[in-house]
Amino acid sequence: MPTRIQKEASEESLLLNMGPSHPAMHGTIRIMLELDGERILNSEVEVGYLHRGFEKICEHRTYFNLLPYTDRMNYVSPLINNLGYVMTVEKMLGIEVPERAQYIRVIMSELSRISDHLTCLAAMAMECGAFTVFLYNVKAREFIWDVIEETTGARMTTSYIRIGGVRADLHPGYKAVLKKAIVETRKVLKDIHGLLDKNKIYLNRTRDIAVVSPETAISYGWTGPCLRSTGVYYDVRKASPYAVYDQLDFEVPLGERGDNFDRYMVRMKEMEQSLRIIEQAMEKMPSPSPSKLMAEALEPAEAIKASRTKRIEKEIKLSPNLEGSERQKYLDILGTDKKYVVPPKEDTYTSIEGIINHFKFFMRDHGIRPPKGEVYFSVEGGNGELGFYIVSDGTDRPYRLHLRAPCFHIVSALEEMIKGRYIADVIPTFGSTNMIGGELDR
Amino acid sequence: MIGSFFTTRFNYILGWARKYSLFHYPYITACCGMEYMSTAASHFDWDRFGTGWTRFSPRQSDMLVVCGTISHKLAPVLRTVYDQMTEPKWVMAFGTCTVSGGIYDNYAVVQGIDRIIPVDIYIPGCPPRPETVLDGLIKLQEKIQKQEQEWRWKKRK
Repeated sequence: MPTRIQKEASEESLLLNMGPSHPAMHGTIRIMLELDGERILNSEVEVGYLHRGFEKICEHRTYFNLLPYTDRMNYVSPLINNLGYVMTVEKMLGIEVPERAQYIRVIMSELSRISDHLTCLAAMAMECGAFTVFLYNVKAREFIWDVIEETTGARMTTSYIRIGGVRADLHPGYKAVLKKAIVETRKVLKDIHGLLDKNKIYLNRTRDIAVVSPETAISYGWTGPCLRSTGVYYDVRKASPYAVYDQLDFEVPLGERGDNFDRYMVRMKEMEQSLRIIEQAMEKMPSPSPSKLMAEALEPAEAIKASRTKRIEKEIKLSPNLEGSERQKYLDILGTDKKYVVPPKEDTYTSIEGIINHFKFFMRDHGIRPPKGEVYFSVEGGNGELGFYIVSDGTDRPYRLHLRAPCFHIVSALEEMIKGRYIADVIPTFGSTNMIGGELDR
Repeated sequence: MIGSFFTTRFNYILGWARKYSLFHYPYITACCGMEYMSTAASHFDWDRFGTGWTRFSPRQSDMLVVCGTISHKLAPVLRTVYDQMTEPKWVMAFGTCTVSGGIYDNYAVVQGIDRIIPVDIYIPGCPPRPETVLDGLIKLQEKIQKQEQEWRWKKRK
């Protein structure tokens, strides 16, 4: 079946197919170009190569079980996706989240934002030929992932932010690792500024290329760094603050021209602001409530033995990592509402109520059941406003879940951005949109 | 007798040379691409194991690294890329989606790339850690070393 561009192209022009197996197209997008020499007369962007049926599959998963799927949408910043989904469900249920958990969420989502921007710029610069930038950025990202890994236990797809709070408390030694990550990231950002800001080759490929006016950007529904590069002041963190963003001091960097270079620059400045947010959140975070004397606590084996005959009142020794979370920590990070939170493991293993709670939580048609209705909530993702729209019919799984993917709107403007430019301009332009297949095609 | 001795030695040397100069074509579609980037960049640096830097041209590469979910829409493209590669060639299935479809057990996703192309090494994980990938790579190198090599003037039975 001929595509639109094949029908409309004039006879003299050359049709060229770019992608999906083109190195700059990230394997998941195809651009058909109508060319006059090197100049692009028209183009058609075809998406859908990474359609994984996310929205459909969510209709068959319970609210708790579909969390891992949200990790894999914008896979460069999975924790923000978690946060967006979880906060939508919390809005539906009307749950209050403990303050410490709020701060942990902010730290985690800012770390993810940095890794998102680093990856985007790494790919964009690499595709322009600046390979060193790629290596430096990935190096910085490793340090950030070390922090995430230490607390969540996974590098990327963490499923760490849970309905009602977060899965585990921060690792005891997180401060040292986090500080190291901040120092290293600052160093890398300085290096990148030095490598690219006045680099003639990079400037030639990005300055005044693919200029987008604020009106066009808004009409396409752009959000996030790409919209801000055109000079429009819109950031979900400022416009409708969630978590504890209203208590933190940060700026929203804006661009002036809306070209590729501005999109790069806005991302660089945003990373600096994210680092600032993390530092403030570290300072302001309420310390965990003092734990009871662990010396009195029972060993797990003893506890199970004792629980066979009578109910045990003492605390149980369990390592403070993801394998055995403790009842007392739940107050700080997850809340204790049995309807929405998986009961602590020591309760499940040692008391009959605990085991009933556990089964009630995981059994089909018994878990989290929000009231009938629909809800929309959005957070500031790596690419822009990441919104979830959930329709609930009162059962334990969503009737319909829709994701407002920010990069879908940005990529939809790609045809207009590259029109009249050269083929070589497609690469930095496409790189600066930060197309993420999982989010775009869902 | 002496001829067969040289043939086996030559087979061994060829295997040794091939396993340490794996030019790869990364077919990156999804999440695993991020871990691929980590593995390839300076922290984990799989160039240490002779997996030389990326060749984005199927005709010049020896190993196809399929990272990330392959949907039914993408399957013909992957098959074409595989067909374009010249012998000898190996395929690495990177991540659970390529191994078995992973958590995406639905209408859109190919349930394992071995339904469309032959696979030499499966690396599970969603996504696999870079250490796992390096382990898989070493196993693939062992496999290349042990396998019977092909060359142009080889006598065929």
